[in-house]
Amino acid sequence: MSTIVSLPDQATARIPKRNYITNENGILSWLLTGDHKRIAMLYLISITFFFFIGGALAGLIRLELLTPQSDLMAADTYNKVFTMHGVVMIFLFLVPSVPATLGNFLIPIMIGAKDLAFPKINLLSWYLYLAGGAMTLTAMITGGVDTGWTFTTPMSTHFSNTNVITTGLAIFIAGFSSIFTGLNFIVTIHRMRAPGMTWFKLPLFCWAHYAASILMVLGTPVLAITLVLVVLERTIGIGVFDPTKGGDPILFQHLFWFYSHPAVYIMILPGMGVISEVISTFARKRVFGYTAVAFSSVAIAVFGFFVWAHHMFIMGVSNYAVLVFSLLTMLVAVPSAIKIFNWAFTLYKGSITFETPMLYAFGFMGLFTIGGLTGVFLGSSGTDIHLTETYFIVAHFHFVMVGGMLMAFLSGVHFWWPKMTGRMYPEKISQLAAVVTFIGFNFTFFPQFLLGMLGMPRRYAAYPPEFQVLNVFSTAGASILGVGYLLPMIYLIWSLKYGEVAGNNPWQATGLEWQIQSPPLTENFTTIPVVTQDVYDYEWLERQKEHEVTHVG
Amino acid sequence: MSDKFENHDVNAGHTENEQHIVSPKVYLAIFGALVFFTALTVGASFIEMGPWNPVVAIAIAVVKATLVVLFFMHIKYSSKLMKLTVGAGVFTFLILVGMSLSDYFTRAWGQW
Amino acid sequence: MSDSHAVATTADAVHHEHPSYQRHHFVSMEQQNETVSFGMWLFLLTEIMFFGGLFTAYLIYRNWYYPAFVAASHTLNIVEGTANTGVLITSSFTMAMGVWCAETKRHKGLVWSLIATLILGLGFLGIKADEYHEKYVLHHIPGTSFSAQAFVHPSEEALKAGEKPIAPDMAAKTEVYFSLYFAMTGMHALHMIIGIVLLSGMLVKAWRGGYMNGHIAFVENFGLYWHFVDIVWIFLFPLLYLISRHQ
Repeated sequence: MSTIVSLPDQATARIPKRNYITNENGILSWLLTGDHKRIAMLYLISITFFFFIGGALAGLIRLELLTPQSDLMAADTYNKVFTMHGVVMIFLFLVPSVPATLGNFLIPIMIGAKDLAFPKINLLSWYLYLAGGAMTLTAMITGGVDTGWTFTTPMSTHFSNTNVITTGLAIFIAGFSSIFTGLNFIVTIHRMRAPGMTWFKLPLFCWAHYAASILMVLGTPVLAITLVLVVLERTIGIGVFDPTKGGDPILFQHLFWFYSHPAVYIMILPGMGVISEVISTFARKRVFGYTAVAFSSVAIAVFGFFVWAHHMFIMGVSNYAVLVFSLLTMLVAVPSAIKIFNWAFTLYKGSITFETPMLYAFGFMGLFTIGGLTGVFLGSSGTDIHLTETYFIVAHFHFVMVGGMLMAFLSGVHFWWPKMTGRMYPEKISQLAAVVTFIGFNFTFFPQFLLGMLGMPRRYAAYPPEFQVLNVFSTAGASILGVGYLLPMIYLIWSLKYGEVAGNNPWQATGLEWQIQSPPLTENFTTIPVVTQDVYDYEWLERQKEHEVTHVG
Repeated sequence: MSDKFENHDVNAGHTENEQHIVSPKVYLAIFGALVFFTALTVGASFIEMGPWNPVVAIAIAVVKATLVVLFFMHIKYSSKLMKLTVGAGVFTFLILVGMSLSDYFTRAWGQW
Repeated sequence: MSDSHAVATTADAVHHEHPSYQRHHFVSMEQQNETVSFGMWLFLLTEIMFFGGLFTAYLIYRNWYYPAFVAASHTLNIVEGTANTGVLITSSFTMAMGVWCAETKRHKGLVWSLIATLILGLGFLGIKADEYHEKYVLHHIPGTSFSAQAFVHPSEEALKAGEKPIAPDMAAKTEVYFSLYFAMTGMHALHMIIGIVLLSGMLVKAWRGGYMNGHIAFVENFGLYWHFVDIVWIFLFPLLYLISRHQ
């Protein structure tokens, strides 16, 4: 199979002696760093840790659902397991995944800057994330939470006997981590671009993160105040969500989903940014309709604020609200679809090769499309009444989040692995892992669409026996999926020592990050670049190679 | 956001509040206006205006807030980006309040 | 491949003389100041949305329980509320003057402006504390000690002042009003306290001659924060205190 990988001669190639990893030594130089690249790696390690915790919880869920009875664990315990799975995966993995790791690492380099606008706030952001994560773990170990990750009232405020307050405060803290990351990105992209780096020469990765950052800054505070109100209600009984005191539980849901719907776009937009970069590189073609994709990212962010009540169609909102939110939900699907079409047209007549990042990107395109289309069924209020609170919803969001976002994350990690570490991952086994992941994913989650349509409710430990076959399929798929996720852990760590030396630009990609050494210098650039070439300008890249002077930093 | 190459960062160089120092006279005038509007809003609350009471109260508050944002916080003298930023915040706030309220106000509408 | 693939006309920027307080990733002080200011504004946006949730809740329940909200609002001391509004507006004025003094390198002016702002801020909290105490005495603090009896059976003076008795179920909703009252003014007061702490630190530094070398970003951005807290109160005051005082 053809490949575009172009590595330096392995006999003589060396990792550059001076880079951001070797620049300073000692644990404090990492824990007190302002270097966005080091912070990105710190994040990468932490979110991987939480990913495996969330994954273990998922494993427990699937094990329980092998049989119709609630026999592996009591129903209360099962409630805690799926709640913690959701909380950990959403707030401690998906929300920070691409932005805090790849975004932090790459955005300054992609725009030609030496660091983010506020390096200390960047570091603070990581510590807040750790604090939130530690509190969440504490809540988990000391009894867990059983309200579902959505903390729906009045369960969370009155009837649950679990660690709602601890978890609520944990997420409050983790939310500020997200806010500060978003704030940093917005200011950086506006103010720190190198000369010549105009808005329409920015890689689409930056546009995607810009859009996601707007959501982080404007949406997360509403979650913060909502959690504060839940904590106040639980502690002193203020009654703002309590029907017996005149409160409205639906108000909680309005405030909660006002954040949590944009949150799903916070999660997916950075992934879409990765896909734009990967598809362009492995089709050797400029992204089709760059401007449309850029504006679609912002449109998703803006429209994403207008649709939150589609999570509440059956909860008691007015019919008028159902109508309006359903209509707006149809609108928000359009920019996402535009992106899918544009990526497809990028592939058309491109020179496609199938390295691992591209395999994950293909997986993304297919699975996100399915997930997104099923979202349209759910946005239509009539069908939603039948499908909501069933496994259809579970399948829908796992298709977009796991089939979409997680695949994009893995795609990005593999794509920029050589840049971040200076080493290539082993290609064959990684392609195998990507395929195993894809197969495992479909076996796990496709049956769940069917289960949902047949009426199996979500968040139930026990179910009618006629649903067992599909559940067994799903659990079997989950075990395959687990293998697919374990493999990268193993070979990526292996590659740190034994991987081939990557050189500056193993993918022959465009973008400022590929014009500097791998791993980069702490200051990224020895001299601030002046950008003359267009974005995704492969012809420029060809001309560059002709006057190439190799030197190692 | 221009394409031209300059000796410094493309994004720098817009007139910010550092370049324009607002005179204390302006601050005093705004302060006076704020005191006036405070007195006005207190007075208005004692006048029976039916459904217009809250409207007047909010309107006066909006005027006061606008004066603080424009002059005390220098937005009048700031770049378009800063003005847009403030606008985006206000807009999102209005979406939160407005669209949530639209659910509550329409709950009693019809039975369709 | 070389690190920089094009002529770098800004190479000199790195080696220019720059003030000690310019961070290394910035090309110029102008860029640094604009960036920090922009960052502060974005933070204020998060604060708008943070309070937004509370305002949403307030507007909904005021619509649902209007009689209870009116009656409960009448128990707030309008003199203290108006005084507090005046205090905060004045403190915004003195803070703006402080920024002007820093911009024009007036050391004494800056120190006095900050002292005035600090005193006014503390004054606000003092008046608030008195109000909260009154609420405590009247059993208006939500929770186990809350009592709506005074609304079901108003006292002699209240009846003379025009208050009417409210049905018990609507009277119970005054707890919702007070929950929001304490949540909103409490959150506001918390922001005031944080501001006062920062202001104190800034005052000490100004006293010792700081902020006279043109590096005044902290003063300017603190000013933005202080004005924002003032704006929150500008909305809280009419919504909480001035619900139809004509009744």
